[in-house]
Amino acid sequence: MTKEIFEKLTNSVIMGEPEITVEATKEALSAGIEPMAIIRQGLMPGMNVVGEKFSSGEYFLPDLIIAADGMQQAMELLEPELRLRQQTLESAGTVVIGTVKGDIHEIGKSLVATMLSANGFKVIDLGVDVPTQKFIDKVKETGADIVGLSALLTTTMTVQREVIQALTVAGLREKVKVIVGGAPVTRGWAKDIGADGFAEDAMGAVAVAKQLMGKA
Amino acid sequence: MAQTIKSIHNPKVSLNILSEAEVMQIHTATLEVMESVGVKFPSHKALDILEAHGAQVDRQIMVAKIPGHLVEEYLAKAPPTYTLAALDPTLDLPLDGTYSHLGTDGCGVEILDAFSGERRTTTKQDVQDVARVADYLEAIAFHWVPISAQDCPPQSRGLHELEAVWSVSKKHVQTETIVSEREMHAAIEMAAALVGGREALRKRPVLSIMQCTLSPLGQDGGSLEAGLVAAEAGLPVGYMTMASCASSGPVTLAGNLVVGNAEVLGALTLMQMASPGCPVYYAAAQTATDLRTGAYTGGGPEDFLFGAATNVLADFYKVPLSMGAFATGAKEPDWQAAVDNSLSAFMAVATLSDMLLGAGLLHGSRILSYEMLLMDSEIWSILHALYQGITVNDVTLAMDAIREVGPGGSFLAHKHTRHHMRERWQPTLIDRRPYNIWEEKRDGARQWAREKAQQILKDYHPDPLEAGLKKELQKIVKSAE
Repeated sequence: MTKEIFEKLTNSVIMGEPEITVEATKEALSAGIEPMAIIRQGLMPGMNVVGEKFSSGEYFLPDLIIAADGMQQAMELLEPELRLRQQTLESAGTVVIGTVKGDIHEIGKSLVATMLSANGFKVIDLGVDVPTQKFIDKVKETGADIVGLSALLTTTMTVQREVIQALTVAGLREKVKVIVGGAPVTRGWAKDIGADGFAEDAMGAVAVAKQLMGKA
Repeated sequence: MAQTIKSIHNPKVSLNILSEAEVMQIHTATLEVMESVGVKFPSHKALDILEAHGAQVDRQIMVAKIPGHLVEEYLAKAPPTYTLAALDPTLDLPLDGTYSHLGTDGCGVEILDAFSGERRTTTKQDVQDVARVADYLEAIAFHWVPISAQDCPPQSRGLHELEAVWSVSKKHVQTETIVSEREMHAAIEMAAALVGGREALRKRPVLSIMQCTLSPLGQDGGSLEAGLVAAEAGLPVGYMTMASCASSGPVTLAGNLVVGNAEVLGALTLMQMASPGCPVYYAAAQTATDLRTGAYTGGGPEDFLFGAATNVLADFYKVPLSMGAFATGAKEPDWQAAVDNSLSAFMAVATLSDMLLGAGLLHGSRILSYEMLLMDSEIWSILHALYQGITVNDVTLAMDAIREVGPGGSFLAHKHTRHHMRERWQPTLIDRRPYNIWEEKRDGARQWAREKAQQILKDYHPDPLEAGLKKELQKIVKSAE
């Protein structure tokens, strides 16, 4: 029975069926399976297969995101159970992420957030059009390791510099790594404004984040 | 030297991409989306106007649902034809459905230096230099502000870019980087100064405005408010959708057209509600999201299909179209760039897109390359010849020459040949030399394009803008800072 539930969990993640992932997670909990086992023996093996299939070119990005969504929904059910048992999942790091003030582009930023979550980061997504002060406050409040700043316009990318300056003024710059992204953002720009990392796509952002955490 | 512009006029080649019934299906689906799902207009000013004219507005989520009959009623107020004026009236561009005009691409953030080849951040000087080269090229009918003047303050950058272009060129200018009311007022003041006042500008809009929608089914607040200001001043205003299959739009092409259509029609309807009869245009640069990286890349068969299909939609709505063509995703001016830019331009012109954007940029409109700009001009020149088609009449049938030359003869030295040979297309970058010549030199299009760009940059100095006007423009830019 337990083995069957694990298989159902794993397969639902691989097949991209979040509803089934959630259903199987509930089944597993009511069957008395430990939440940590659900994650390690049910969900993670599925995510690993999805990751491999993506790397080999068989899976596309939507496959990856749907799998991550299913995993995320399952985690929302499992986290309270973990807390009850005073267990914690090892986190790859905490990331505060958002699209800068004046810019309301969402998709790229959310994609990066999803990919970071799927790779074990704790992600606090502040959304779009985020006031600079909000980044500062959230970094302070969460003790974030990394802050991610997205800008999709040549007219708003300059705000990335402002946020970095504000982090310096707030005395946080030494404590938090800054990664930047968005269509007009280049490696040169990232260097220019003193960011710690830059990537052109979501997978690249994960690699950079891991590198900054010293885990790549 | 009198300047000429080589736009494509009355192309003789055409293609069918959507049947009337299919256009109607897309139209009906679009109206249903606008009416039942709605479009996000994150501007109270815009929502006020929409609501006052009968749209159902939800202030909480800033979404307006516009009944289909209102969309049709207000779109019908848009003029179907008008002219993009140039500072030199001989360079005016009629948008009357018989021309395709090519513009530069925008808005890049890096440039491959014409002399060192180094890739670096763009400056105001670069904006001016590129404008000078674009002014020289007869393929380029109008300027799109091609790159960002990143050494200028962000709050007035768009104005600096306009000043840089106007200081060296009398061709029409279109900008996509004026996205606030404040900057738009200043841009209008600049344009008005050039033509002698606001009323003169209304008659001769030497500046047109491009704004972007925010796919899926949304707008940017600043872009809406800036567009309303421009529309009131009589500047042609267009809204561009970049709905991208599988991320900011449905993965299927028809669905992606519906989403983009709803965005553009929403914005144009708003413009017509606020300033009935103002010149507007449809703009689009849809693509398919790269399924491995999630990126907007530019190029590929979906882009080419969108280029043709969108023009059919714009024709259906009787407004001009500005189509993102060229704009390859290639990193260098290479095989990929040539495939992308040739096919995208071919498809967009085949359906007579009034304006084509995209010459000169690489990597999905991010990096300006002078080499690419020259190569795009050559592609345009090929298309220009291609779209003249084949003329069939007594002269071109050449019956006399055929009789005189007869079996086994040669047409090389015949008078008919000499008389008509200059009608044949001539390359400037395509290599037709003997193999051994190439083998000795091993040069080609890239090098020739670079040399040509260098020569233009060194030697071509168009009449500068009159000193008094230049000062006036600088004053306006300064006051907006």
